[in-house]
Amino acid sequence: MTRDKGDLIAGAVLAAFGIYVITVAAKLPYVSDVGPGHGFFPLWLGIGLVVFAAGLIFTSFTSSVNKAKSSSQSWNSTVRPLAGWLAVMVAVALLGKIGFALSFVILTVFLVVALDRRPIGLAVGIAVGLAVAFHLVFVVALDVPLPKAVWGF
Amino acid sequence: MDAFNSLLLGFSVALTPINLFWCLVGVLMGTVVGVLPGLGPAATIAMLLPLTLKMDHTTAIIALAGIFYGARYGGSTTSILLNIPGESSSVVTCLDGYQLARKGRAGAALGISAIASFVAGTIGVLGLMLIAPPLARFALRFAPPEYFALMVLGLVMVVFLAGESMVKALLAMFVGLWIATIGTDLFSGESRFTFGQAKLLGGVDFIAATVGIFAIAEVLVNLESRGAAELFKLAKGLRNLLPTLQDIKDCRFAFLNGSLIGFFVGALPGAGATVASFLSYGLEKAVSRHPEKFGTGVIEGVAAPEGANNADASGALVPLLTLGIPGGNTTAILLGGLILWGYRPGPLLIQEHPELFWGLVASMYVGNVLLLILNLPLVPLFAQILRLPYYVLYPLILGISIVGVYSVNNSLFDVWVMGLFGLLGYLMRKLEFPAAALILGMVLGDSLERALRQSLMMSQGDIAILVTRPISGVLLAIAALVLCLPLVRKVRYWRVEAIEREG
Repeated sequence: MTRDKGDLIAGAVLAAFGIYVITVAAKLPYVSDVGPGHGFFPLWLGIGLVVFAAGLIFTSFTSSVNKAKSSSQSWNSTVRPLAGWLAVMVAVALLGKIGFALSFVILTVFLVVALDRRPIGLAVGIAVGLAVAFHLVFVVALDVPLPKAVWGF
Repeated sequence: MDAFNSLLLGFSVALTPINLFWCLVGVLMGTVVGVLPGLGPAATIAMLLPLTLKMDHTTAIIALAGIFYGARYGGSTTSILLNIPGESSSVVTCLDGYQLARKGRAGAALGISAIASFVAGTIGVLGLMLIAPPLARFALRFAPPEYFALMVLGLVMVVFLAGESMVKALLAMFVGLWIATIGTDLFSGESRFTFGQAKLLGGVDFIAATVGIFAIAEVLVNLESRGAAELFKLAKGLRNLLPTLQDIKDCRFAFLNGSLIGFFVGALPGAGATVASFLSYGLEKAVSRHPEKFGTGVIEGVAAPEGANNADASGALVPLLTLGIPGGNTTAILLGGLILWGYRPGPLLIQEHPELFWGLVASMYVGNVLLLILNLPLVPLFAQILRLPYYVLYPLILGISIVGVYSVNNSLFDVWVMGLFGLLGYLMRKLEFPAAALILGMVLGDSLERALRQSLMMSQGDIAILVTRPISGVLLAIAALVLCLPLVRKVRYWRVEAIEREG
């Protein structure tokens, strides 16, 4: 993806989003008995979004070739961050089921082994060590309730 | 009784062993809760309020105020080291603080933050002592149109947060403003943009969004470069871990700017430390000789917002103690405490209970000294966290983020929100949208809409009310001037270019 393409897509997405905001806001009352209604502010926000998104689309056609090339390289390395993000979201999904400690251990082991290519023993050591540290600092010392599983942590 | 004699009375109260002890406990606890994202001073003070019922009231308010301004000190630590804002008012500190840490100057950033907080705290206390009553009366002249103008002035700071593209900064700000509209409209009680989710009725949690955009996105960006990712550099030797004399010299204006803006904005009920930190950062960048370096790790970019968010704590006590008006959550709880102990905060408080008011003022002097003594030696220790290898640091950041966000409302939904904002923050970084502009919109959106709608209600729909009142007119004129700044710079750049071409 080139920089101008990235900006073009971002501009198009934001313009579509602006239209969505306008559509929803238009259904809310613009004026109420006492003054502006709750559709008043979002409607103007939507209009602002569409106007500036159009500006971004326009400027995307004028950006330089050099910038386009450098940005195209920066999009080649998104696989690992997206895998990392998915792992975070899976860990969040597991929080309510298996508790913070175990889901954090799983997340850490995945990050260290799969994404950083470190030995599994080291990964487990880091994961368990950090999970214990979090438990001691937050649960024991500060009395912060963390999500727990049926086994109590 | 003149101010000097009153202050002597205050010191005689603040320096009693029991008050000194509770001041130390307060600032220590405040620093700890400030470091941890999510655990804010408001929640901590609320938790500890019942314990203070058996204490002497002056001792109690000294301890609780210590937590309040101690938290402002601590909030910078994770912002600088891990790009995790401990408090919403520490968001701006991330911009240059974290970049300084990446350059191996974490110690200098932490040190300057402690010094800025000390200077600002001291100036704030001086302000509280000398100009509290007139300032409180001035703050009362702020009606919705003036608040609207102040929020607009805050929003135009986006000019200084924009990188190469002003359009992208404005778009990010508009998205932030839209996010602030999510939830229940306080005027009509109707919901907006909640996508059928009852959990969104209260709006998007600010800490969840901020931690996602800054901390999670930072981890994701760094995951791109396996193997090539270097550990953070960290200077060796104690001397190199602290700010240099040149750093302090460079921050002279930032200390003053942060202190004054923080104190005055703090004195306005509802404005808050976050607004103050954005305003002081914007002003610092506007007057800087090298504005283009802001955001890449400039020491003044840490000093100004850190000073502002600390001076705000003193400023916030002005309307609380002199008018009985709380400016935010924390001062509202402090007000509850004062009423619970039998005081009536208002214009007569200083005359009726001088030992309470002046004891608190003097304890804040003492507390600021204690914080400096506590924090400067801790700087090298805190900075050691950056020696951790990436494969330890990233799980640590993710763990702190999850725990911090969850602990705000004990809500898993907020953790989901954090994750989604993490992806948004990552995409914004890739597409070069300034994340701070989105945060600015989120922070100010609610207040801006409320002030605008109240203004239009006052004037029965006549928008001229925003420009015809003197204070709001002046603030809006300043905002318009600030908005024109990039244009002026561009014209100057074109002129220089044209002259060079001709030459």
